[in-house]
Amino acid sequence: MANPVTVTSGIRRYKGEWTETQVAHLLRRTMFGASRADAGYFLKHSPRKAVRELVRTEYPLPGPPVNTYNDDKYTDPEIAAGADWTVSLKYDGMNNYRRRNSFKSWWLGLMLDQDRSLREKMVLFWHNHFVTESNNVDNALFCYRYNALLREHALGNFRELTRAVTTEPAMLRYLNGYANTKKAPDENYGRELQELFTVGKGPDSRYTESDVKAAARVLTGYTINYKTYSSSFDHNRHDETDKQFSAFYGNTIIRGIKGAAATAELDQLVDMIFSREEVSRFICRKLYRFFVYHQIDDATEQNVIRPLASLFRKKDYEIKPVLEELLCSRHFFDPANYGSMIKSPIDFTVGLCREFNVSFPDAGQYADQYGVWEQMRNQAAGLQQNIGDPPNVAGWQAYYQEPEYDKLWISSDTLPKRNQFTDRMLGGGLGRNGRKVVIDPVAFAASLSGADDPDKLIAASARALYSIDLSPEEQQFMKTNILLSGLTGMASDHYWTNAWTTYKENPGDKAARDTVNNKLKALYRHLMDLPEYQLM
Amino acid sequence: MKRRDFFRNTVPILLPTLVHGMSFRAWATSPFPFLKAAGAAGGAGEGRVVVLIQLSGGNDGLNTVIPLEYYDAYYKARANIAIPREKVLRLQGNDKTGLHPAMPELQQLFNMGKLTMVQGVSYPQPNFSHFRATDIWLTGADSDRVLPTGWAGRYLDEEYPQFPNNYPNPDMPDPLAIQVGSLVSPALQGPALTMGMAITNPNSFYDLINDRSAPAAPTRAGDQLAYIREMAVKTDQYAGVIKNAAQKVSRQSDCYPPTGKNPLADQLKIVARLIAGGLKTRFYLVSMGGFDTHAKQTDNTDTTTGNHAKLLGRLSEAINAFVDDLGGLKVENRVIGMTFSEFGRRIQSNASGGTDHGAAAPVFIFGGKVQSGIIGQNPTWPDKLTVNDNLMMQYDFRAIYSTLLEKWFLADEATAEAVLFKAFEPVSFIA
Repeated sequence: MANPVTVTSGIRRYKGEWTETQVAHLLRRTMFGASRADAGYFLKHSPRKAVRELVRTEYPLPGPPVNTYNDDKYTDPEIAAGADWTVSLKYDGMNNYRRRNSFKSWWLGLMLDQDRSLREKMVLFWHNHFVTESNNVDNALFCYRYNALLREHALGNFRELTRAVTTEPAMLRYLNGYANTKKAPDENYGRELQELFTVGKGPDSRYTESDVKAAARVLTGYTINYKTYSSSFDHNRHDETDKQFSAFYGNTIIRGIKGAAATAELDQLVDMIFSREEVSRFICRKLYRFFVYHQIDDATEQNVIRPLASLFRKKDYEIKPVLEELLCSRHFFDPANYGSMIKSPIDFTVGLCREFNVSFPDAGQYADQYGVWEQMRNQAAGLQQNIGDPPNVAGWQAYYQEPEYDKLWISSDTLPKRNQFTDRMLGGGLGRNGRKVVIDPVAFAASLSGADDPDKLIAASARALYSIDLSPEEQQFMKTNILLSGLTGMASDHYWTNAWTTYKENPGDKAARDTVNNKLKALYRHLMDLPEYQLM
Repeated sequence: MKRRDFFRNTVPILLPTLVHGMSFRAWATSPFPFLKAAGAAGGAGEGRVVVLIQLSGGNDGLNTVIPLEYYDAYYKARANIAIPREKVLRLQGNDKTGLHPAMPELQQLFNMGKLTMVQGVSYPQPNFSHFRATDIWLTGADSDRVLPTGWAGRYLDEEYPQFPNNYPNPDMPDPLAIQVGSLVSPALQGPALTMGMAITNPNSFYDLINDRSAPAAPTRAGDQLAYIREMAVKTDQYAGVIKNAAQKVSRQSDCYPPTGKNPLADQLKIVARLIAGGLKTRFYLVSMGGFDTHAKQTDNTDTTTGNHAKLLGRLSEAINAFVDDLGGLKVENRVIGMTFSEFGRRIQSNASGGTDHGAAAPVFIFGGKVQSGIIGQNPTWPDKLTVNDNLMMQYDFRAIYSTLLEKWFLADEATAEAVLFKAFEPVSFIA
């Protein structure tokens, strides 16, 4: 698909309007959905302060997942119900997949309950970048710890994250690093480290096959200790000879080191790779595609990617300054970019819950809570984004596959399922043990200004849920056909106003509530059925 | 397990897809083994179609079908908006009742034997709220009972009990019901899901059959939207059958006004095309608004003109073009149409030159197989009329629904009773 619009604005600081439109744009891109509360909160800030808060606020790291997985076939003899299972060092066929499931649901819960921070979105970004698949990693503790590592470094230093990921058990397992020895070198990680994780495959990334082999030799000797469930370095398995790299890396030679000190070779390898400018560009392009728009044309490359990459290097690969610069930029807030992305399944499902302030069971009902989180996670998985298990080491296609990119989220399979999901959240919802997780359309309408005026209600609803304007014709259609049951003419508006006012004055009157509830359900069903709701 | 239990216990597999201005609703297939075979669905009246024309706002029946028989009382009750006696359109073989002068086409249809009128249609304890009264008509409920399903939806659920599972299929390849010009009506709501699909915007229908897509803005977001819309059309399992049906009809009646002049006519033109194109769809729903004529119902100087006259003129023009079209397309004997409105209006007019919410009103029924005539009596009321007086019910609206089910769709009495929750005496409007 051709890029229909070139956007020439660059990374100079945005100083324009700061209305619900801009706030919601920022929040949808940096969190999951723009909740009413968050939008109201950040509206009182300036763009710069809002971005600063999202990027720089340090929130405590979340507590670990707990045992919610006892069932009629299994009761964990070691970890009590509701207790932290990540302290366990016993994994078997009965507990492992239950714990893995628990971990994945816990993660979905963190997205739903996220702080006013970029952190959870960046965890997803890094998960899609430094891919591991829980099905393949297998061990639940590895999966949890890897995810915790990504969260801890989510807004830290990219080089340090790369170094840490390299020897993390989940990654050693996923890309066979644990089996990479001087006798039988395994090039898997050495290749992906360069091709997917750092310098990438761009035209200026000219590492060679011998660089892959040399990197693999540097990486020999790391193993996993399945007693302590941690990684270790076995110098007996390490290739102690010198490693020669190509001209792309300035013909660097990493000298072989003997004994336990050989882990310093890995530090040198990472430093060598990060000395290439292409690393900064590759990651800045990926961040751009994740946060702004899938297509990078010459104007964007020159006006956005290059200056960001330069800043990234200047700040020694610190992630925060780059994100702050991008998210504060005129380019980011260029109206041409509003609604230019198709929501990922996670943005779609988690975002919906946050935008409608859908309430979930609290931690006191942890079994129900995890159960409903799991259902929500399965919804996203059905839409082809199964967190914890991207399709392969390159991540989800929609984030990298030219030329379709995020259009790949929408297919003849997933589009109907998306409509089904929104319908369901307005109807039966999700549920467990009689606890229903469902949109309350009346509460949502009440959170908007002017709910008693059908025009204002529809306009405010569209502003809250859409990233682009709703046409006046469509607004009129919704008013007449939904809120007014087919009544037309200016004089008809008061029928909605009366219905709404009657409900507000008698909130306990079931008939009054049913009248507005049914119409609002139909309104939001329609708003979310339209293709506009797929965009952010 | 009963079917209804199944619906309660099962999450329906919904496959709605959306195109700008067009919302199809179709459903995925999944095994559903314990119900009657799909081949038996549809009933004996298969091939017959009901077209429901909803007049939103509450049509003033008394100025639509005028009681010439009691003209003086009529005039006295509403002098400021009364149609002059000499302007009332006369009906062949009936000098007691006439039509609003804006409806010469309906006069002609009546005289040709293709139109019948049922007087005084309402229900016990009429409700005067638009929203509630509309729901009562669409769901077929008693005044004090809230029903979650629509009357047509319940009938379709009886006839096509497996829907949506295993649909479309060779016996019923088409949508069960189609709403044109609006969202899917609550009348089509089945026990678990809607039984219909909507062509919300006539333009989108022509876009579909001409392979055009709704224009998207030349922006980044517009590019994404265009893609999603294209995918929505591809996804819809009924888009193809609708397109095929439409393409089988190349010529339609010249009686239709130019597109955009009469929205009801535009909607009915699509309906005629789909019926003649061979869709097995049972119900079509169309609608027009504007009947909530509290003020300035007529012009001050000439009560035969003004807002209500314009609405009735469009209604008459649209029905006439539709019937003419069905005739030309050789399908008029397969189709019965009926008009309805959530209520009639007050007997007395108000000081703003309009009428307030009322109760009973006449219903028009038309088609090649109707038994032409006037069913029921001209309305009467006490001499000492108050502003709150309303026309009395002569026929329960559900008696008309029941007749459509039993005498047109040839459903058995038990089915009609199950759909409407009680037995109603049929009204004889079908030849």
